[in-house]
Amino acid sequence: MDLNIAGIRLDVTEDGYLTDLSQWNEDIAIEIAKQEGIELTDRHWEVLTWIQEQVKKEVALSIRGIKKSGVLNIKEFYALFPGGPLKVSTKIAGVPKPKSCI
Amino acid sequence: MGKTKVKKMLFILSKATIENAYAAFVMANGARMEGIESEIFFTFFGLEAIQKKKLEHLHVATVGNPAMHMPTMLGGLPGVEAFATKMMKKEMEKLDMPPIGEFLEILSDSGCKLWGCKLAIDMFHLKKEDLIDELDGILTIGDFYNRADQKGTHLLFI
Repeated sequence: MDLNIAGIRLDVTEDGYLTDLSQWNEDIAIEIAKQEGIELTDRHWEVLTWIQEQVKKEVALSIRGIKKSGVLNIKEFYALFPGGPLKVSTKIAGVPKPKSCI
Repeated sequence: MGKTKVKKMLFILSKATIENAYAAFVMANGARMEGIESEIFFTFFGLEAIQKKKLEHLHVATVGNPAMHMPTMLGGLPGVEAFATKMMKKEMEKLDMPPIGEFLEILSDSGCKLWGCKLAIDMFHLKKEDLIDELDGILTIGDFYNRADQKGTHLLFI
């Protein structure tokens, strides 16, 4: 699938996740966040950067991993990215949708 | 939120076997992760999962469980249940599944409401201090039905 965001044609999955992180930039993140009803704050950027680092390190993302992260707690995660924080945050961060059930 | 028509999942956990507790927890947590509301009502033996002293000692059922593929007589021998439980916990840890206590914290932090059943708590003579701090309150089954306050609510008995 193709998606046009911030004037750039992007390759995305059926659910709207970027398939190539190198296509990602901050304008794209702001645009995807807007579609999810989120206005990105400094705190959001910190979390998004951490998520991208985890994915680059090939660490599987999970809600338990958030609890152990030391970056933010689960309550804050839900508050920052309402409506399914792992799903929403990974979409904005331009990384694949996590496959974990936990 | 995705295209799902499920808006709220209400679980009733009535059993204390580890596989049943995890079934409820994984589904309740999975709901929250999809932006679906979720709540768990602990009743009868399900109350073991929210008792501070008991929650880390739940066992897998080795008797009367055909999926264990062992003769019922063998499943009843001393130590077999404990051994099977140990093996299962090991496999769960490999999959990064949290232990019961940590899972309850995760659920609570994720906004999953945790309720104790008034009738069963009275029956087992439990006090508030016997139960986990994360508990949101003690309800009657009628109160719990009233939590099904929107279209797309589903109730599941485990």
